[in-house]
Amino acid sequence: MTLHRVSMGMLAVLLTCTAAAVYATENTTMENGVPKPLIAMGQGDSCVEDTDSMRRNHMEMLKHQRDETMYRGIRTKQYSLKECINCHVVNGPDAIPVTVSSPQHFCRSCHDYAAVNVDCFQCHASRPESGLPDISHGSDFAGAAK
Amino acid sequence: MSRKVKHPTTTPGFDPVRRKFLSTMAAAAGVTLAPGVMLYGIARSTSAVARAPASAVSSDVRWGMLIDLNRCDNGCDDCVSACSKENGLQGHGRQSTDAQWIRKVDITNPETGASQSLPVMCQHCAEPPCVDVCPTGASFKRADGIVLVDKHTCIGCRYCMMACPYKARSFIHESLEDQKPHAPRGKGTVESCTLCVHRVDAGGQPACVEACSDTGGGAMLFGDLKDPNSEISQRVAKYATQQIRADLGLDPGVRYRNL
Repeated sequence: MTLHRVSMGMLAVLLTCTAAAVYATENTTMENGVPKPLIAMGQGDSCVEDTDSMRRNHMEMLKHQRDETMYRGIRTKQYSLKECINCHVVNGPDAIPVTVSSPQHFCRSCHDYAAVNVDCFQCHASRPESGLPDISHGSDFAGAAK
Repeated sequence: MSRKVKHPTTTPGFDPVRRKFLSTMAAAAGVTLAPGVMLYGIARSTSAVARAPASAVSSDVRWGMLIDLNRCDNGCDDCVSACSKENGLQGHGRQSTDAQWIRKVDITNPETGASQSLPVMCQHCAEPPCVDVCPTGASFKRADGIVLVDKHTCIGCRYCMMACPYKARSFIHESLEDQKPHAPRGKGTVESCTLCVHRVDAGGQPACVEACSDTGGGAMLFGDLKDPNSEISQRVAKYATQQIRADLGLDPGVRYRNL
């Protein structure tokens, strides 16, 4: 009987470990039996709003700011996507900031977890410009542009 | 409103002394009565200074450019390379579809053989046909006269490219990465010269103008066409200048001298 109990206990432990191995992928962690995304911390003490507001409303803030900037030329930094990218930069193993093509990218880590597609980076840069090699080929291109 | 009057000094009933007196009184009222009025007055009189980041663009300003072709060399393309570098434009070796925001156009008089070279970019028309034809409202003119594409609403139909008589717009065919943070660009949208709007908003001037004065012939002048005291307004008032295809009545903000 005791032996039976022990084996059942071992089986339970084994099943838990298997479940954890299934759900805790490279970019998630198990927290009280629930997989949570691994999100890199931004720089500085706090974000421009408290965490809960940012989680729920960041898309509205960005959308509002984008129209203000685009149509009215208002370039305040608080809700600017550029500043989000500058602050929430994640360095890859080569110490160069990762793009959104990496699962470690700040935006992507959560958007992957929530299965929400993010379109911003079809046009916007997904990592800061500083520290990157110069990508423009001004003189080569100028010749072709004539 | 008074901009429509070409020769204000010949306007019946115009009295410069009275106008000066009234504007002085208005400024004084601004100082003593309402700080907001005073600030507005200052903002108008010093349009060359950068706007505060939180203030919106105003139709009191119209950005424009004057290009003196006597100073523009045939072989020089510093403006083109400066534009590509500033905005992260990269060629793919496909000349017919690669994005170009500014190009050098060489023109030759077949009778005399005399040739000229002129930079052509979005002419930032006062009556832009690209805005008229855009089905989604993505192509628009900002209050200060800069014509832009809102890529959030652009569906890539390219009607604006057909409508533009200056061939100023390009369509992006390839997926892009690592764009310049100040110049978002993406596949499936149309784009053109933004007059380096990010620099202008910060009180600077377009990259092509800067390059032209640094290493080129100093042919390009950027400024506010509505400010009578700006250098560009004074030169436009003093010398004969041309707009390309002025017959179309689009009133481009880019003007050429010695064309």
